[in-house]
Amino acid sequence: MAIPKLYQWLLAASTFMAAWLSYVLGFFQTNLRHEYHEIILVLPIYLLMAFASYSLALLGYRVATFNDCKEAAAELQEDVKEARKDLERIGYKYASDWQ
Amino acid sequence: MAERNKYSVLLPTYEERNNLPLIVWLLVKHLSKSGHDFEIIIIDDGSPDGTLDVAKELQRLYGKDKIVLRPREKKLGLGTAYIHGIKHATGNFVIILDADLSHHPKFLPEFIRKQAEKDYDVVTGTRYRGNGGVFGWDLKRKVISRGANYLTQVLLRPGVSDLTGSFRLYKKAVLEKLINACVSKGYVFQMEMIIRARQFNFSVAEVPITFVDRLYGESKLGGSEVVAFFKGVLYLFATT
Repeated sequence: MAIPKLYQWLLAASTFMAAWLSYVLGFFQTNLRHEYHEIILVLPIYLLMAFASYSLALLGYRVATFNDCKEAAAELQEDVKEARKDLERIGYKYASDWQ
Repeated sequence: MAERNKYSVLLPTYEERNNLPLIVWLLVKHLSKSGHDFEIIIIDDGSPDGTLDVAKELQRLYGKDKIVLRPREKKLGLGTAYIHGIKHATGNFVIILDADLSHHPKFLPEFIRKQAEKDYDVVTGTRYRGNGGVFGWDLKRKVISRGANYLTQVLLRPGVSDLTGSFRLYKKAVLEKLINACVSKGYVFQMEMIIRARQFNFSVAEVPITFVDRLYGESKLGGSEVVAFFKGVLYLFATT
């Protein structure tokens, strides 16, 4: 059996945070340019916000394009009529339910 | 000589006196039309509205080999209903769908055709892809549905677009194995079935379907269902 998703997430998150924290707390020497340093500092928050925005946009898109099947509903109404007629014809004894 | 395929349709019912004759008529119509060998197994959980009498009448009209009755004393849950239903199923494939006309039998030939494409172990209906869809849902319901589905995609990565659907075709042996491996109830059970199927490396395909629910009457999505859903997702997230 594979590792449950929860633990996959925890593993990925703690690996990322360990790397990020050790950079931020200066556990090792780097000679990064100032801009890259700034970017790395805000990376966790940035990634979270980027994910949230993407999710919201995707959700909006999916709700907007959610097919509304009017023809399917109309077709079902017709099917129901036809079914009732046919059932009566072959002698369905509870047809009075529909009156 | 190749074995002929036979499809056992499982129809758990509770208070479906009005819908049962209609869904049976539609099943007979669409499965006969496409020339498939089938049986319809009705598992009624002691409905007080006389659903079982209706089932017996349908058996009289369509014959005991087409309509099989496996009633139970009281409402005992979906998983056990399936187990009870397949005990005497003579098909090598099992179809499950709702008895309230929200799942239309006209899609069954497409399910069957899709299964044969690559001998899939499971074929599941999706409302979210292709021509799939719903009817008459307001904005709130659509947002909740898509939101909940997105949560399952992110957390569970199920490999299917519609995890909570219950319009499906299974190979009988696959269904038996999955039911025995599942512990959840209600529609979390339906989610768990697909997750376990993927765990066991069963192949799963999708067919777009239209979901027309509650043509008559109000649908209810109560607070308890929402809580149960979240608990179910978290349970699957932590254990699979």
